[in-house]
Amino acid sequence: MAVLADIRWSSAAQIASDVAAGELSAAAVIDDALARIVRLNPTLNAFTAVTAERARAKAKAVDSGRDRHRLLLAGVPFAVKNLFDIANLTTVAGSKINRADPPARRDSPLIGHLEDAGAVLVGALNMGEYAYDFTGENVHDGASRNPHDLTRMSGGSSGGCGTAVGAGMVPLALGSDTNGSIRVPSSFCGIFGLKPTYGRLTRTRTFPFVGSLDHLGPFARTARDLAVSYDVMQGPDLSDPVCTDRVPEPVTGVLARGLDGLRIAVAGGHFQKGAFPEALEALARVGKAAGARDEIDIPEAQRARAAAYVITATEGAALHLSRLRKQAHDFDPAVRDRLIAGAMVPASLVNKAQIFRRWYREQVLRLFEHYDVILAPATPCTAPKIGQQTFFIDGVEMPLRPNIGIYTQPISFIGLPVVAVPVPLKPLPIGVQIISAPWREDMALRAAYALEQTGVVATPRPREALA
Amino acid sequence: MSKSLDDFVEAAAAALGVPLEDAWKPAVKANLEATLRHADLVAEFELPDDAEPAPVFKA
Repeated sequence: MAVLADIRWSSAAQIASDVAAGELSAAAVIDDALARIVRLNPTLNAFTAVTAERARAKAKAVDSGRDRHRLLLAGVPFAVKNLFDIANLTTVAGSKINRADPPARRDSPLIGHLEDAGAVLVGALNMGEYAYDFTGENVHDGASRNPHDLTRMSGGSSGGCGTAVGAGMVPLALGSDTNGSIRVPSSFCGIFGLKPTYGRLTRTRTFPFVGSLDHLGPFARTARDLAVSYDVMQGPDLSDPVCTDRVPEPVTGVLARGLDGLRIAVAGGHFQKGAFPEALEALARVGKAAGARDEIDIPEAQRARAAAYVITATEGAALHLSRLRKQAHDFDPAVRDRLIAGAMVPASLVNKAQIFRRWYREQVLRLFEHYDVILAPATPCTAPKIGQQTFFIDGVEMPLRPNIGIYTQPISFIGLPVVAVPVPLKPLPIGVQIISAPWREDMALRAAYALEQTGVVATPRPREALA
Repeated sequence: MSKSLDDFVEAAAAALGVPLEDAWKPAVKANLEATLRHADLVAEFELPDDAEPAPVFKA
């Protein structure tokens, strides 16, 4: 049997390999993960529910299964943002209101896909209320903590995902990204995150936020783990009207092709304006290691971010209108006030944003005729303090929270695939976005994997107090 | 703009049937102002009349 002591920092692929080979039992891996969650969660506040009984039963089934050696994620513990349906648990989506809902009858299909590959669900993760958040704070459940500095934000809205993976509680988590909610926690917590092409992974049986912008995707500590989990989650689903009917396009087998032949550029203009020195340092390191040859301008990115802001406010308000009418006092007040304002925006302005969206998409797609991968910062700064309201950009005090997503919003606005990769700066890590053309997750993941091999990109291990 | 936006916020809340307590009004108005600033940035960008919105529905 492999030494159990250090599996906390093992990759999902390593755990699966050891379990498949009979070097480790899934039961031992899961017991270890559950013990770690019990020990660390009072400090980190990543988990809002732990599915211990279910996890132990699943681990036992993996261990006794004849096909264990063929399972790509055999015995790998994972957790999901609490907007995913988990059978027999209420899907709270970070809210107080949804706690009155009945328990979900079935799992989200993405949970099923991971469990079919041998992974073991161990719980649900903290998030900003209804995913309208970049901080990882939650007025009902408290903030999920940054594993590199407990006084700092994990990033939102998939904050618990960032905390749990970054702290070594689990090697794999699933979250959602509407405007940056996978990429921001990845940046602040120093881990890898994949926001696939819009429509690539089914969103069935997850609580929505902005239907025309919502994506689901994995978090991990290595690029390979992103690729393996992404591969097993692909596939059509008629229950999600935007889920693609493309044949799955697995990427794990092409990871090792490296950077050869990839035409790589760095985004300038909007994507460097207002960036803190740390963000620019991380971008420069990744750009140099990747051999980026040009700096390019993504046209009208600031306006794209503005249009995403408008569509988010208004579609989000439409989703929650009946709850605002009946239960306004039960919302997080900050979320409630944003949603009420969103309900008041004239439809003519929303339609303008959707018209602009198509135009902008066409302009950006032209860039991919010349480049395969575009690099951009994930966040303008490293993780701010929990509760922080403002920061200084070019000497001007600005509201922090809406501006955390200035570099992520123009990308998800048109559904481009992105891998957020961690640059292990001291004292805090920060992420860089590796952006590729629609349906070309393979290129972004190839670049992420190659950069990881150079050491420029890596998940830093948190301080010993959490070991 | 500011006073008229106060009036708009009150009228819109009534029209939408959404409760709006006095204590909430400053934050709702500030959020609406921010969203309208973003919307204006988009709306002032001239595009041809035949520019179509981005569809997300597929049959």
